[in-house]
Amino acid sequence: MSTLNTHAVDKQKLIKQLQHIMPARAVLHQREDLRPYECDGLSAYRELPLVTVLPETLEQVQAVLKYCYQHEIPVVARGAGTGLSGGALPHADGVLLSLARFSQIIDIDAERRIARVQPGVRNLAISQVAEKFGLYYAPDPSSQIACSIGGNVAENSGGVHCLKYGLTVHNIQQLTLLTIEGELLSIGGGGLDCAGYDLLALLTGSEGMLGVIVEVTVKLLPIPERAQVILAAFDDVAKAGAAVGDIISAGIIPAGLEMMDRLAIQAAEDFVHAGYPANAEAILLCELDGTNEEVSSHVAEVREILKISGATEVRTARDAAERALFWAGRKAAFPAVGRISPDYYCMDGTIPRKQLPHVLKTIASLSKEYDLPVANVFHAGDGNLHPLILYDANKPGELERTEEFGGKILELCVEVGGSITGEHGVGMEKINQMCVQFKALELSQFHAIKHAFDEKALLNPGKAVPTLHRCAEFGAMHVHKGELPFPELERF
Amino acid sequence: MSDISKNLQQQIVSACEEKRALRIAGGNSKTFYGNTVVGEAINISGHRGIINYAATELVITARSGTPLQEIKAALAEHRQMLAFEPPQFSDSATIGGTVACNFSGPRRAYAGAARDFVLGCNIINGKGELLSFGGEVMKNVAGYDVSRLMAGAMGTLGVITEVSIKVLPVPEIEITLAFECSARKALDDMHRWSRLPLPISASCYDGDRLFMRLSASENAVDAARKQMGGEKVAAAKDYWKKIREQQHAFFNSDKPLWRLSVASNAPPMHIDGKCLYEWGGALRWLESDESATEIRKQARAAHGHAILFRDMEGTANGEKFHPLSLGLQRIHKNLKTAFDPAGILNPGKMYPEL
Ligand SMILES: Cc1cc2nc3c(=O)[nH]c(=O)nc-3n(C[C@H](O)[C@H](O)[C@H](O)COP(=O)(O)OP(=O)(O)OC[C@H]3O[C@@H](n4cnc5c(N)ncnc54)[C@H](O)[C@@H]3O)c2cc1C
Ligand SMILES: Cc1cc2nc3c(=O)[nH]c(=O)nc-3n(C[C@H](O)[C@H](O)[C@H](O)COP(=O)(O)OP(=O)(O)OC[C@H]3O[C@@H](n4cnc5c(N)ncnc54)[C@H](O)[C@@H]3O)c2cc1C
Repeated sequence: MSTLNTHAVDKQKLIKQLQHIMPARAVLHQREDLRPYECDGLSAYRELPLVTVLPETLEQVQAVLKYCYQHEIPVVARGAGTGLSGGALPHADGVLLSLARFSQIIDIDAERRIARVQPGVRNLAISQVAEKFGLYYAPDPSSQIACSIGGNVAENSGGVHCLKYGLTVHNIQQLTLLTIEGELLSIGGGGLDCAGYDLLALLTGSEGMLGVIVEVTVKLLPIPERAQVILAAFDDVAKAGAAVGDIISAGIIPAGLEMMDRLAIQAAEDFVHAGYPANAEAILLCELDGTNEEVSSHVAEVREILKISGATEVRTARDAAERALFWAGRKAAFPAVGRISPDYYCMDGTIPRKQLPHVLKTIASLSKEYDLPVANVFHAGDGNLHPLILYDANKPGELERTEEFGGKILELCVEVGGSITGEHGVGMEKINQMCVQFKALELSQFHAIKHAFDEKALLNPGKAVPTLHRCAEFGAMHVHKGELPFPELERF
Repeated sequence: MSDISKNLQQQIVSACEEKRALRIAGGNSKTFYGNTVVGEAINISGHRGIINYAATELVITARSGTPLQEIKAALAEHRQMLAFEPPQFSDSATIGGTVACNFSGPRRAYAGAARDFVLGCNIINGKGELLSFGGEVMKNVAGYDVSRLMAGAMGTLGVITEVSIKVLPVPEIEITLAFECSARKALDDMHRWSRLPLPISASCYDGDRLFMRLSASENAVDAARKQMGGEKVAAAKDYWKKIREQQHAFFNSDKPLWRLSVASNAPPMHIDGKCLYEWGGALRWLESDESATEIRKQARAAHGHAILFRDMEGTANGEKFHPLSLGLQRIHKNLKTAFDPAGILNPGKMYPEL
């Protein structure tokens, strides 16, 4: 696939050189030391890198990049390795560049409500430190105790509060980036916009393909005066889906609006005993936040709406403890499903909200067809589905069947006007589905963007954007060789 | 309602073949903004019509030549709005031009800019290829975020033909409070309040008074008003419209108008001229005869940049935007080549080399 590494990299020489750049303990090259880095959160894909480096200073990262650029060695950046699409999967002939040691919160400017942090800082750590100023960082991926802010930027991560507060791209102000040549670029600015093109937007979600993020300035928000969560049960998934639209058309944007189906409810209930109604086909969790007065009026309104939409039961958390309990079930949904099945495969597609009933029905019939159960947990407010396919990797053929089923779900999302990934990224996992989402011309435009930053295609090669050749093989798209605008792009 | 994208595409294809520069014209409401482009006009305003709007989905998709007014009216019927509160400057303003300039109004600091609400774009790049990025869904990380890159690129990377934008409900109620104070005090107060969970949706200090707009449910607005004090402004809607459209008396001047985007808490600058503060202090309009070098120096010192927004004498052509670092210049040029290798789309509109 990659024509890049026809020349073999001299591993011993590379190690020696890297040991010049940083202390020997920061250069891992023994098989057993490399093991922890062979995969990210998508453990079905594994590969050992040639070397893993754990630099501690900007100069060290810069020197690694310069060396790799000069010698045409692939570089894969890694944050906490919680990614779910194989984005941080190592390259067999490359260097895995861990940013884990960059874990300092450099500065919190409470007056401007910003925090300047190193890329390896954990998402939750920012809110924990900001709390004493009455502030917090809004995007809250479920992995927030572990995932790094650098990884969040690279994936444009979201969380349950994105409906109201936006994704990573809406909550960052400035980045410091190292290019593959080792050049330091400051992107964004101290104000709310910057001169030139919006490179901040282009880099957010770029999956480590365009540069290495070495510093992030995030925006902080005042902690809301009050947050209240409402739990509504439904005897029909379609009714729950419709209720989501009803709340939004009433002019209310909840802080979070999450949905779980029967299998997910049961798994969560067995695991954390959140008190979810056992017989429900679906539940909605609707969190309202803001000033005390506003929350009071919205709670009353939403309760009414939910009842009119056919909820069989509507509960409002009485206190902070009950609120935490309502959320506990949702937040533990993935591990809960992990308890009832040997393996599960988490999908991440988005759809226009109105397509929810149709898509859920189709997933249910695909589930029968493939003979694999599916638990649905999703960010209903913004149409981001996380179907969890339950399977057993030890049963021959079941992983392959699962992947095929997953692919079908993503293609369904595209068919109804949605996307193959809402927040987990393309990485290695969804590279084939990119051929379904985009035409050859758009993929070529992506390759041209990559070329603008990384002409030698050394950063995270083979990820995020498929070669046209690969798409042709996948069969989703027909490529007329002669029409390729950039024949040299084949190697990306 | 008409779709002239094939026609636009044809014009670009032949311009590309013949390496003829094109000047992209939407409603021509913002021609004053940016540097002058020498080229044949390619007119987008005929490419108009709302393609899809479903209020419950919080998204509107329209052809780029659709008048902003038409979009605002359609949204208002469902009590929804463009939350970035774009200025129009003229009735002819189009949605495409608004996105291309990333123009955002008073609500920007509290709700987001045009770029924050862009969900998807169809564009024609400089090779005449019709491309589609993003979509109508709220979350989408498939491929690089080209749609947002188009916001603020001023047509230099592609002609936007269609755009999908996230919309929001109109707040239940809005009131504006006014406070007489100095610039220093205004900055302090804006920062003090912005750290509290108050429903602030706009702020402006015009040299004499600080205006703060509150948007939320009636009881929430009342509670915030008690906390903040000040005097309730009678014709508040009109006030914010005048700020947004630059019809406020402040803008009535024949001096060059600079737009400074800086750290919100930067102290008032030592530059001769008048200053109007918006966005909690992060946006400053400056009317001054001071040299570009000095204004840019002070903007940089305040962690920001300065744009010559209206150049009354027309002498600063080619130098209206803040210079980029060498590294960024290189990336910008590479990106321009990636989208428009022949350099035919709005050449020089932002920077001479783009
Ligand atoms: C249980 C669980 C729940 C999750 N829930 C959510 C959720 O709710 N929402 C959500 O959005 N995601 C979720 N995720 C996915 C994942 O946590 C996010 O994608 C996260 O942002 C990845 O961060 P990381 O630091 O682990 O990055 P990694 O996995 O290490 O890397 C991810 C990608 O970013 C690149 N990268 C990392 N650091 C840098 C850097 N400094 N510079 C350049 N590129 C870099 C890598 O090359 C790779 O392509 C979940 C994952 C798990 C395991
Ligand atoms: C100043 C203040 C601060 C607060 N801060 C927090 C906080 O930080 N975190 C937090 O979790 N909570 C907070 N609360 C919420 C508080 O703990 C109670 O949950 C809340 O006061 C209940 O009022 P409600 O209007 O939301 O009614 P609900 O929560 O809707 O009602 C509480 C119970 O009464 C019943 N009920 C109420 N209205 C109806 C109705 N119309 N029809 C049928 N049944 C009904 C419900 O079954 C529910 O179990 C705060 C409340 C106040 C007043």
